[in-house]
Amino acid sequence: MSTISAPTPPNATLTPRNIPDRLSLGWRRIFQRWETLLLVVAVLIFIFNAFASPYFLDPWSLSDATYNFTEKAIVALAMTFVIIAGDIDLSVASIIALASTAMGAAAAAGLGTPAIVVIGLGVGILCGAFNGFLVTRFQVPSIVATIGTMSLFRGISYVVLGDQAYTKYPSSFAWFGQGYVWWVITAEFAIFAVLSVILGVLLHKTSFGRRVFALGNNPVAARFSGVRVERIRFLLFLMTGTAAGIASVLLTSRLGATRPTIATGMELEAVTMAVLGGVNILGGSGTIPGVVIAAFVMGLVTFGFGLLNVPGIVMSIFVGALLIAVIALPILWRRFARRRA
Amino acid sequence: MKLLKTLALGTAFALSLAAGSASAEDIRIGLVVKSLGNGFFDAANKGALEAAKEIGGVQIIYTGPTTTTAEGQIEVINSLIAQKVNAIAISANDPDAVVPALKKAMDRGITVISWDSGVAEAGRQLHLNPSSNELIGKQLVNLTTAVLPEGKGDVAILSATSTSTNQNIWIEEFKKAQAAAPGINLVTVAYGDDLSDKSYREAVSILKNSPNVKVIVAPTTVGILAAAQAVEDQGLVGKVYVTGLGLPSELAGHVKAGSIKSFAIWNPIDLGYSATYLAYDLASGKYKAEPGVELPIGRVGKVKLGDDLQGAMSDPFVYDASNVDEFAKIF
Repeated sequence: MSTISAPTPPNATLTPRNIPDRLSLGWRRIFQRWETLLLVVAVLIFIFNAFASPYFLDPWSLSDATYNFTEKAIVALAMTFVIIAGDIDLSVASIIALASTAMGAAAAAGLGTPAIVVIGLGVGILCGAFNGFLVTRFQVPSIVATIGTMSLFRGISYVVLGDQAYTKYPSSFAWFGQGYVWWVITAEFAIFAVLSVILGVLLHKTSFGRRVFALGNNPVAARFSGVRVERIRFLLFLMTGTAAGIASVLLTSRLGATRPTIATGMELEAVTMAVLGGVNILGGSGTIPGVVIAAFVMGLVTFGFGLLNVPGIVMSIFVGALLIAVIALPILWRRFARRRA
Repeated sequence: MKLLKTLALGTAFALSLAAGSASAEDIRIGLVVKSLGNGFFDAANKGALEAAKEIGGVQIIYTGPTTTTAEGQIEVINSLIAQKVNAIAISANDPDAVVPALKKAMDRGITVISWDSGVAEAGRQLHLNPSSNELIGKQLVNLTTAVLPEGKGDVAILSATSTSTNQNIWIEEFKKAQAAAPGINLVTVAYGDDLSDKSYREAVSILKNSPNVKVIVAPTTVGILAAAQAVEDQGLVGKVYVTGLGLPSELAGHVKAGSIKSFAIWNPIDLGYSATYLAYDLASGKYKAEPGVELPIGRVGKVKLGDDLQGAMSDPFVYDASNVDEFAKIF
C-alpha cells in the first residue's frame, strides 16, 4: 500500500520509522559524515604534531607548511567536479608543465608579469579545452584521452626545453608563489581559500552543481531530464585546465624556474586528495569542504613528519593507509549499522 | 574550549621539550640528499657522522625526498628551516628551483652550502665539487680507452636524467677529453633517469641498435649497474665492457663476472665528511666563504674556493679487481 499520509508537521510525535536512506539522525548522522571523520583525523594529527615537535606551533612554520599542499589542492578542487561527474583528468600535471614552459618562454622574450600570468592561464584553458574536445566530440573515454594528453603536453615541454631551464622571471612575478597577503597568510593560500569558497558555492548551491551530481549518478537519466551533458563535461575539463594554469603560475613563481620535469606525479596526488576528501571515484558524490579538509590532512602529515625527519617513504605509506582507512571505515560502519537496525 | 586547552597544553609541553633538550648548544646540520635509499648518499651520511663525531657538538640530520624532484627537496628544506637548523648542506635535484627556498633559509640566518650536485650561486654560500669536472671527464676517457681494443671503437653513454646538472657537465667534459683519444667514436647518449628498469631497457636498446658499441660509459651508479646487468644478460661479456662511475659494493659482482674491468668514483664517505666540515666552518663563524679562502676539511685536507665560490675535494679514484672487494665492505 502506498503511504501518502496526510501532511503531518515535521518532528511531530511520530513513532520512529525505518527510512532506508536516512538510517540515523542527529549526532549519529553528523558523526558518520566523511568530513567529520576527516576533521577529527586532521585535529588529531595537529595535536600529535604539536606534541611531537617543538617547532610545529610557530606561525611562520605553519605558513611555510601550506606550500606543501596549496597548488595540489587547487587542482584537486577542480578535479572534484570532474570526478563527481564520472570523468577523470590525468593530464593536469602535464598542463602545469606546458603552461610553465610557455610562461618561461614569455619571460625570456621580455614580457612583463601580467602578460606572463595571462599566458600561463591561457595555456591551461587551451589544454583543458583540448581535453574537453577529445572527450565530448570524439567520445574518447576521459581516462584514455587524458593519459594521451598527459604524454603530449609534457612531451612538448621536453621538445622545447630539453635539458635547459627558463630562469629569467621578472622579480615581481615571485609574488604569487613567495609573497604574503597579510602577516603569515601567503598569496598562494589566499588564492586557494578564495577558490575553495567560490567552487564550494558553485558545486553545492547552484543548479550547475546539481547537474554535475546528476551527470555522475546517471548520465542517461540526466540527458533525458534535459541536462546538456556534453556541454557540462566540456566546461568541467575547461575548469581543470584553468585550475592547472593557476597552479602552474603559483608553482613556477615559487620555484622561480621551469624545467620539463616540473610537477611530475602531481595528477595522482590531486586525485588522492579528492578521494581522501570523500569524493566517490566512480562519480556521483563528494563535497568541496571534504576535499579542503583532506588537503589540510595531507599538508599536516607531510609537514609534521618532515619536522620529525621521518623519511618520505613512510609518509607515502601513511597516506596510503589513511586513504584505505577513510574509505573502509564508513563502509564498515554502514554495514554494522544496518546489521543492528 | 577543550580543543583550545589541549592546544595550550601541547604548546606548553612542546616548549618544555625545547627547553629540556640540553644539547641546544649543538650545531645542527641538515644533510639534504637527492633521494633517500641511495647507497651513495647513505655512504655520504656515514662520512658526515664521522666528521660530526670528530668535531664534537655537531648533530647531523640526514634527510631527502623519496623521489628525485625539486618540489620534494623544497618540502624538506622548509621543514629544516622550521626546525631552525644551523646549516643546510644540499645535493640538489635542480640547481635553480631550490634557490628561492634556500634564499629564505639564508635570510633566516641558516648557513647554506651545496655539494655533489650544485645550486646556482644565489642560493648557496659555497659549493663543494667531489672532484673537478675536468678530471672526471679525463678519467672516464682513460677508463674507456683502457678497455677499447687497440684504443679504437664505438662508445655509448648511459646517463641519468637529461636535466641532471652534474651528468651533463661530465658528458661535456668527456667530449672535450676525447681530443686526446681520437680512437673513441661516441655514437649516442641515452637517458635512464636513474631508474633501474628504465636504465636497463636503455642499455639493452643500445646493445641491440648499435652492435658496434664496444664500451658503455655510465657516469651514474644506477646506470652502470643496469648496463653491466644488460651486457651479462645479452651474453656479451668480453665483447662489450661497461665503465663509468659506480659504487664498489654494487659492482664487485660485475667486476668478477667480467662485464666491468675498472670504474671510478670519489669516496662518498670523504664527500659527506668534507661537506660537514665546510658547513661547520661557516656555521660556527670561524670562516667566511670568500674567493681564494682555504677552508680546512679535517683529514681530507683543505678546499680552496675559486671566484665562483666553488672548490674541488680530490681526484676520482679507480677501482678494479685488485681493490674492489676491500672497498665493497665500506660503501
